[in-house]
Amino acid sequence: MSDTTVETGVRKAEGRTLPVTDLSLVVLIGASGSGKSTFARKHFKPTEIISSDFCRGLVSDDENDQSATKDAFDVLHYIAGKRLAAGRRTVVDATSVQSESRKQLIDLARKHDVLPIAIVLDVPEEVCAERNAARTDRADMPRRVIQRHTRELRRSLRHLEREGFRKVHVLRGVADVENATIVTEKRYNDLTHFTGPFDIIGDIHGCAHELEALLGKLGYVDGVHPEGRTAVFVGDLVDRGPDSPGVLRRVMSMVGSGSALCVPGNHENKYGRYLKGRGVQHTHGLAETIEQMEGESEEFKKQVREFIDGLVSHYVLDGGKLVVCHAGLPEKYHGRTSGRVRSHALYGDTTGETDEFGLPVRYPWAEDYRGRAAVVYGHTPVPQATWLNNTICLDTGAVFGGKLTALRWPERELVDVPAEQVWYEPTRPLASEAPGGHEGRPLALTDVHGRRIVETRYDGQARVSIREENAAAALEVMSRFAVDPRLLPYLPPTMAPTATSHVEGYLEHPAEAFAQYKEDGVARVVCEEKHMGSRAVALVCRDADAARRRFGVDGPTGSLYTRTGRPFFDDEARTELVLGRVREAMTEAGLWDELDTDWVLLDAELMPWSLKASGLLRTQYAAVGAASGAVFPGALAALEGAAARGVDVGGLLDKQRERAADAAAFTEAYRRYCWPTEGLDGVRLAPFQILAVQGRSLAALPHDEQLALIDRLVEFDASGLLQTTRRLFVDTGDEDSVRAGVDWWLEMTGRGGEGMVVKPVGAVVRTEQGRLVQPGIKCRGREYLRIIYGPEYTRPDNLARLRGRFLNHKRSLAIREYVLGLEALDRLAEGEPLWRVHEAVFGVLALESEPVDPRL
Amino acid sequence: MFLTISTTGTPERPATDLGYLLHKHPDKAQAFSTSYGKAHVLYPEAGVERCTAALLLEVDAVALVRRGKGKGRGGAPDAALAQYVNDRPYAASSLLAVALSSVFSSAMSGRCTARPDAPGEARPLRVEIPALPARGGPDLVAKLFEPLGWTVTAEAVPLDTQFPEWGASRYVHLVLESESLTLAEALRHLYVLLPVLDDAKHYWVSSDEVDKLLRAGEGWLPDHPEQKLITSRYLSRRWSLTRQAMERLELVRLAEADDSEVEEIDNAVEDPEEPGETEAADAADAAEAVEALQGAEGAGAREHDGAAADAAHLATAASATTDSTNDGAGSTGADAADADPDTADKPTPLATLRRDAIIAALKDTGAARVLDLGCGQGQLVQALLKDPRFTEIVGTDVSMRALTIASRRLKLDRMGERQASRVQLFQSSLAYTDNRLKGYDAAVLSEVIEHLDLPRLPALEYAVFGSARPRTVVVTTPNVEYNVRWETLPAGHVRHGDHRFEWTREEFRAWAATVAERHGYDVAFVPVGPDDPEVGPPTQMAVFSISDRNEKEAKAA
Repeated sequence: MSDTTVETGVRKAEGRTLPVTDLSLVVLIGASGSGKSTFARKHFKPTEIISSDFCRGLVSDDENDQSATKDAFDVLHYIAGKRLAAGRRTVVDATSVQSESRKQLIDLARKHDVLPIAIVLDVPEEVCAERNAARTDRADMPRRVIQRHTRELRRSLRHLEREGFRKVHVLRGVADVENATIVTEKRYNDLTHFTGPFDIIGDIHGCAHELEALLGKLGYVDGVHPEGRTAVFVGDLVDRGPDSPGVLRRVMSMVGSGSALCVPGNHENKYGRYLKGRGVQHTHGLAETIEQMEGESEEFKKQVREFIDGLVSHYVLDGGKLVVCHAGLPEKYHGRTSGRVRSHALYGDTTGETDEFGLPVRYPWAEDYRGRAAVVYGHTPVPQATWLNNTICLDTGAVFGGKLTALRWPERELVDVPAEQVWYEPTRPLASEAPGGHEGRPLALTDVHGRRIVETRYDGQARVSIREENAAAALEVMSRFAVDPRLLPYLPPTMAPTATSHVEGYLEHPAEAFAQYKEDGVARVVCEEKHMGSRAVALVCRDADAARRRFGVDGPTGSLYTRTGRPFFDDEARTELVLGRVREAMTEAGLWDELDTDWVLLDAELMPWSLKASGLLRTQYAAVGAASGAVFPGALAALEGAAARGVDVGGLLDKQRERAADAAAFTEAYRRYCWPTEGLDGVRLAPFQILAVQGRSLAALPHDEQLALIDRLVEFDASGLLQTTRRLFVDTGDEDSVRAGVDWWLEMTGRGGEGMVVKPVGAVVRTEQGRLVQPGIKCRGREYLRIIYGPEYTRPDNLARLRGRFLNHKRSLAIREYVLGLEALDRLAEGEPLWRVHEAVFGVLALESEPVDPRL
Repeated sequence: MFLTISTTGTPERPATDLGYLLHKHPDKAQAFSTSYGKAHVLYPEAGVERCTAALLLEVDAVALVRRGKGKGRGGAPDAALAQYVNDRPYAASSLLAVALSSVFSSAMSGRCTARPDAPGEARPLRVEIPALPARGGPDLVAKLFEPLGWTVTAEAVPLDTQFPEWGASRYVHLVLESESLTLAEALRHLYVLLPVLDDAKHYWVSSDEVDKLLRAGEGWLPDHPEQKLITSRYLSRRWSLTRQAMERLELVRLAEADDSEVEEIDNAVEDPEEPGETEAADAADAAEAVEALQGAEGAGAREHDGAAADAAHLATAASATTDSTNDGAGSTGADAADADPDTADKPTPLATLRRDAIIAALKDTGAARVLDLGCGQGQLVQALLKDPRFTEIVGTDVSMRALTIASRRLKLDRMGERQASRVQLFQSSLAYTDNRLKGYDAAVLSEVIEHLDLPRLPALEYAVFGSARPRTVVVTTPNVEYNVRWETLPAGHVRHGDHRFEWTREEFRAWAATVAERHGYDVAFVPVGPDDPEVGPPTQMAVFSISDRNEKEAKAA
């Protein structure tokens, strides 16, 4: 029945073949001089072998220094542990003739849930002595040492299996050792080569009719799928329900014919023990199974016993992307082989407590799960199968009158049939154990903290690294200021400016932006007016119920937050007012139904700038205006006075007059973005992209279609809150069109406009070489840039100096943040667990704290 | 970047003597290079009766940024935005003071070869500074200059005339007039007090200023009624600058990304609750740095014997005072009501009472391994370390800055191994579960919960009571009912700018009961501070302990 077997090698004419499991701890056992190192080198990769002599050398510079033995073994165990944790076979080359030293290794193997395998090199004492004598470093090893080794080895031989070795290979004599060959065996649970497609079926508990109905719905005809799909049963075929024999017959025949796999549930396991004559209590529905089986033939009972005996605790399938077991399995147990792995796979983990119904409290292992493989399991009845941290429980309580559920893999589609009736009264009501949200349970620090790499689905940026110090800063801001992470599914990326212009008087000019997109192979771009407000992201749900259903929050109908995830308004009522107006417009425009969603995520600009940035305005921008406004009249008067006295003040007076004019222009520049507001009066929201709706990221929706949707939203807003974004489409290859784009910008910025953002109409676009192009390039107006580069930046010598600015880091940052944002939206769309979405969102925030020229 | 100095005269004692005193000819416009740009001296008027010298500093903004940067990553211009767009080119800041001392160095030291007696004579003086950055406003300007013999006319400059609702800027149009001072004295007053009033946070000044302060302050600073404030600001400025440059840039960038002020975000660390403790540490730091400074300057610079000692003394004085001009706007008014430094009898500060109450509660439970969640500057950790019954003390905070300060306070790097092995400080967040926090006897949340937005409190509850799950949890938070008893606290105000809420006793009890019920704890309440019959104690404390029922089950399993 077990996942492994204990066996000795098969003797062949030319030598013995020793099976060794691909993930195992191989312990070579033999006296000093028995040839262990030679044997290891011959049969295993050099990196698989750790020898005690080598470790002695590591800690003491002398491979034979016996006083270093303890430290040497600490190192050996440490290295072996690291290898085993990483899932790598490890061969320990030490004498290991004493049971204490072997016990440590067996414990190590158990700790990492791998098979301990013993290979004994039983070579005559004389041969060992002779070999040692030939080695300068061991020539003086006393004979009695070898004698002791040999004695201890002999004494050990009979006990090796009992000590815990799951395979024991004993090679007797020099010839046996020399002629042996090793074959690597795969673990029984390793079906990574098997890619399906699969239909994974939840707990059946004797509901034979429901099983047949579900198989039919899945397309199986008499247990075989015409397209060659494979059914995988998560166990608990028997007990409680009306026809356990019928279920067994169906499943066994499918497994027998190769059209299904099956892992054992705790109920089969218990029934199996019953069939073997062990004493088990006939509780939890076992009595029903026993009774139903009474009418079956002895032959069938025998087949059932063998079937149950042969079940493997869990399977790793589809290249390691899928793990199926009965009660769930943490990642470190995937593909492992040990008693506790089997036990966890069958029974899951419990906290040791019992609930008010007297049932054991199950430890919510899935809540902690962060593995790459999807884990599909059953065991715990839930009303509805839902993904949690890449795991899903398919036990939807068919026997309790719920439904029988299957998961199509890799499609990730759920297929279910309702139970025909309540076959068995549940001890406790079915409740969703899927945590993470509804009870306000937080995310884990390990999801975001420290140096980390966020994996994305975007080639070229598939791995985005985040530095520790940036994560630390993001942690502070996220923890202290951000809105509830459940309502923070996205943060907008930073945007790179256009390449520096050399047009006289300009630092930025759209010509470069058009040229850059042309070079990237982007023919059509859209220029969108920049609104000089504050960036705002709005998550708007159709109603509080929709917010509760999708985002698990109780009360708010969405969120309105800044670039760093802070709530835009301190008071929730004002936020709700804004959300309400957007919601109204969505309804009036008929967009809920058209987009088939009950929530929408909008990227927008909120105005005026002074609303959010008032602190900054006062301390920084207006302060500069106030100081310059106060100082120049006096300074100019002094210069004029001196000049009037005939003092040669050179060009100083003219220069100060120019500076005064620059400072005045600066003051004018920031004033354009300030106006008073009262409540929502004077507040404007200019959405420019619908980022996501239920089940879909719209980040790749072309901008012309995006803007068409947005226009309708604005059109149907009766409140006056929403503001349109003016735009102009430009063909980068057409000179006239480019000129029109430049003129549009000149006209707009000439009137004091902030500038524009140029975007590829196709939204997510790659170059011919497959590189992602910038999702947008900002071209800021000449006057607006005074706020950024200082009042006097337009002076020719200043411009000359500023043109030396470096954009590469900013561009790289913009792309990395963009990809993380896209990834967050994709994860959101696919209904991935909160921590996965949050990981990407947090990454954007962390990257925002990277050192880059803040003026870009 | 501009000021004028005028004097009046008579034919016997012409006003144009100003030119001799300043060593600058009234009929020439002269330019001088200084560390921060070109300084011009010229005379808009130069007659027998009136003579005015103008100093105009053209600040080189780029040089300013380069100077401040120093340790940037690979020379990338990663400084804060505030360094590029700021008032330095316009305001009469500390930079102007530096220019003043460099352009008028002889006049400042009172030397005049052409008229050897003139520097020692008082004469009518009028100083006009049209844009003087003055934290503390016109009142403080008057307080600083009037005791020195000046008649002060200081008017606040409006922030933006187009937006009168924004109020006054931090600039003052200043006119100083006196008949009784020498020019040298006047210049030295300006040299010291311009930077003191400026009190800028974002800009860097040269590091040899301490020594210069000692020299420039000779003869007037020791007796000035605001001597403590002057030295405090003058010196503390340097330390905060260093800290900012070293520790805060990530948060600065996040603030900028959000169009926020840094102070809105990097405000986890509050002014010290108990002046004695932190400030002693800071004073030691200051003294240490002053020593280093003296050493670095080399023997040649040591013309004043005992300068180091003086500087250290000043540093101590500087640190041993709280800034009485604290504007209480929230950003720096840390638990202002708590500290209450002006009470005559100095009753035990509330912060101390609170720590004592927490420690007493911990002792009652027999806790040995204790978490201080949200440890801030580490005062409680420090107190716990003094009692050997606490064998393992872990302080966590989400603010790296708080942890750095806590580590400095505890002198972790100099602590003996045995002591050091009892204490750990690391970053954690109560908005996330943290497995490192599991398995402790007790956790303290002292004045922490009120710093979270209410909607995020459930996350903290689960992280502490559900996930970390210590046997005991001690929570303290202000009792808002008591706020009416704080005379200094305006009605309806919370005690600290970052308090997201303050609860009545009933609200706190209701919350605690719900949490206890949900997570299987029992809870008891303890008043901290004088328990007012009407409004209760200033601080309320809840002590949660895992209820027996749960314990038995855990044991049974």
